[in-house]
Amino acid sequence: MRWRIHGGRVIDPASGLDECAEVWIEDQLILAVGRAPRGLKADHSIDAHGLIVTPGLVDLGSHLREPGFERKASIASEARAAAAGGFTTVCCTPDTSPVIDNPTVVEHITQSAAAAGGAQVLCLGALTVGLEGEVLAEMHALKRAGVVGVTNLERAIKDTAVLRHALAYAASAELTVFLRSEDYWLSRDGLVHEGPVSARLGLNGIPAAAEVIAVYRDLTLATAAGARAHFCKLSAAQSIKVIAQARARGLPVSADVSLANLCFTEENLGNFDPNFHLRPPLRATSDRNALRRGIKTGAIDAISASHEPHDADAKAAPFGLTEPGISSVDTFLPALLGLVAAGAFDLSTAIAAASLRPHRILGRAGGEITPGAPADLCVFDPTQRWQATAAELASAGKNTPYLNTELTGRVVFTMVGGRVAHRLARCG
Amino acid sequence: MSAADVQLDAQGRLRHFIAIEGLSRSLLEQILDNAERFAPLGDRAVKKVPLLRGRTVANLFFEPSTRTRTTFDLAAKRLSADVLNINIEASSTRKGESLADTLRNLEAMQCDMFVVRHHISGAADFIARQVAPHISVINGGDGRHEHPTQGMLDAFTIRRHKKRFDHLTVAIVGDVAHSRVARSNIQALKILGVPDLRVVGPKTLIPAGVEALGVTVYDDLDEGIRGADVVIMLRLQQERMQSALLPSAHEYFREYGLTTQRLRLAAADAIVMHPGPINRGVEIDSAVADGVQSVILQQVTYGIAVRMAVMAMVMGNQALAGAH
Repeated sequence: MRWRIHGGRVIDPASGLDECAEVWIEDQLILAVGRAPRGLKADHSIDAHGLIVTPGLVDLGSHLREPGFERKASIASEARAAAAGGFTTVCCTPDTSPVIDNPTVVEHITQSAAAAGGAQVLCLGALTVGLEGEVLAEMHALKRAGVVGVTNLERAIKDTAVLRHALAYAASAELTVFLRSEDYWLSRDGLVHEGPVSARLGLNGIPAAAEVIAVYRDLTLATAAGARAHFCKLSAAQSIKVIAQARARGLPVSADVSLANLCFTEENLGNFDPNFHLRPPLRATSDRNALRRGIKTGAIDAISASHEPHDADAKAAPFGLTEPGISSVDTFLPALLGLVAAGAFDLSTAIAAASLRPHRILGRAGGEITPGAPADLCVFDPTQRWQATAAELASAGKNTPYLNTELTGRVVFTMVGGRVAHRLARCG
Repeated sequence: MSAADVQLDAQGRLRHFIAIEGLSRSLLEQILDNAERFAPLGDRAVKKVPLLRGRTVANLFFEPSTRTRTTFDLAAKRLSADVLNINIEASSTRKGESLADTLRNLEAMQCDMFVVRHHISGAADFIARQVAPHISVINGGDGRHEHPTQGMLDAFTIRRHKKRFDHLTVAIVGDVAHSRVARSNIQALKILGVPDLRVVGPKTLIPAGVEALGVTVYDDLDEGIRGADVVIMLRLQQERMQSALLPSAHEYFREYGLTTQRLRLAAADAIVMHPGPINRGVEIDSAVADGVQSVILQQVTYGIAVRMAVMAMVMGNQALAGAH
């Protein structure tokens, strides 16, 4: 099967390419970029005039809710929604029920995802059994089953000795540890960033220090253990400095930030708007600006969608009783384009942070538009305006602050390993 | 989405009373003026007016309260409303019913107004957004967020004694971090134009970022009340010692308790207020609580008139909206 995508502006951060070019695909791989290979004929072609062609997006932490929380979403619904949002790979977080702490759950998720036909789903395994922070998960078995890393998510491991052993064991198993660094005691009652908004609304705050001291701690332990550490969803300005200093010392660390923390601040909470109830919390404008600079300078590697779909009931309660998270794969690309339009960073940097660098963090080929790379592609119309109504959002989770607003930029075509995973009806 | 959005109708009139934050100075003055009209009723033999005759007010208390519930009860009865006291803390929510479901059931009982007290910040705001359009919601205290009728009755008490707000120094002393009264006081007094508003307490009881609300922070009581025209003392809960915010009630009283001697640092005609219930010998000495400068019991009495004013305004505007 041979595809030709022609007329589009191709942005490939890996090679620095940003020009109108043809992209040829044969079976699962990119065959050629630029001019048509001599004598070749395409079985299918996509007219991408006015469109932008980039490597497919990656979410390093998608909560797919299956098994266990099917009332919120399913692997099939979210893998398809991810593809509709331009994602070619999503990493499923282990907070399922049962938890991804054994190969059986990995197999279930992998099989369900393959049947769904949306984005590719990779599993993050649990660092400890049941994410309970006490007993180490069987990381070698998880690795053989295909997990791309291990994590305890935001379920803090209270016992520092357990954390230290978990990091050391993960290092032996050669698994990257995805750390959501947060001090248990400083964050356990918290709902929002500690600052003027928590003072005004009378909500328990999570001080920036809860993250910063945990980043220091985790970095110290990971370094001593020789573990490959990836810091997820950083939210505080000071954390970015700590990571940058570690990098400067040559430590093998990487980091990502949630798109929401680049777009919003604590001020967006207004009066208890549960759509802005997030973990880590939305912080001060100065933090948001530091995160944006981190992406611009490369101090932070990646932007994650941190997709957290919820059922309506999860947000239908007073703020402190609602569940945190935003359903984000549907609106990720327009929101990212909004940041580019606002001057936070340029488009190539944005695409690198959402595609090339996450691939590298996962240690997988992709995120590039070069011959021989996997044919994972996202084609979008940067100017198309659309209403993000509940019906238009493909995710089962409608919990997004963008609900019923007009967005600019829409994914029209997504290819996962040469397979068409999404095609907007109006796409040529 | 601000509190003002949910509690005001299209004409800017009060249709719920959830928070003082975001309300205009003229609206607060209107509440105080209306309360002045209701205040003399309490001294009459017949204390009732027929403003809410035929209306049903449900007091929904998700956490225990004596004073606030009693004064809301009295206020509603003096307006001739039928009153339903529902102690929800002990009933449905224990059985796992969601707040939204509890509300739907209460709506089905055809009430006109909910007075809500809840231990979660933002609960009153949530309830106001959930209820059917013919129901008004009055916040009787939500978590640490606001206690707006207390804020207004404190403002009423201050205006009775000091006439104006624009020359005052007001010190709010104690556990500001955990106090919805403090937040409503700060909002009300800023809106009403108090130029020197202070919060006084150890750093563990002062919320980070509170300066953004327009107050000056003091951690020394003597400095904090020096020259103050009004001293508002806050209740200190025993839990604060258990959560390592304070060493002991004894040390707290020594450093932050209001005594006759300390009160001399305030203006000679300073008034002392407290939302109650008071802890004698913890935040306030009996000699001060019962002294000539104390207006603590007047606050309770004025609370009835202020709650009558708020209920009458909210219900009146609701009736107007219904007529349109």
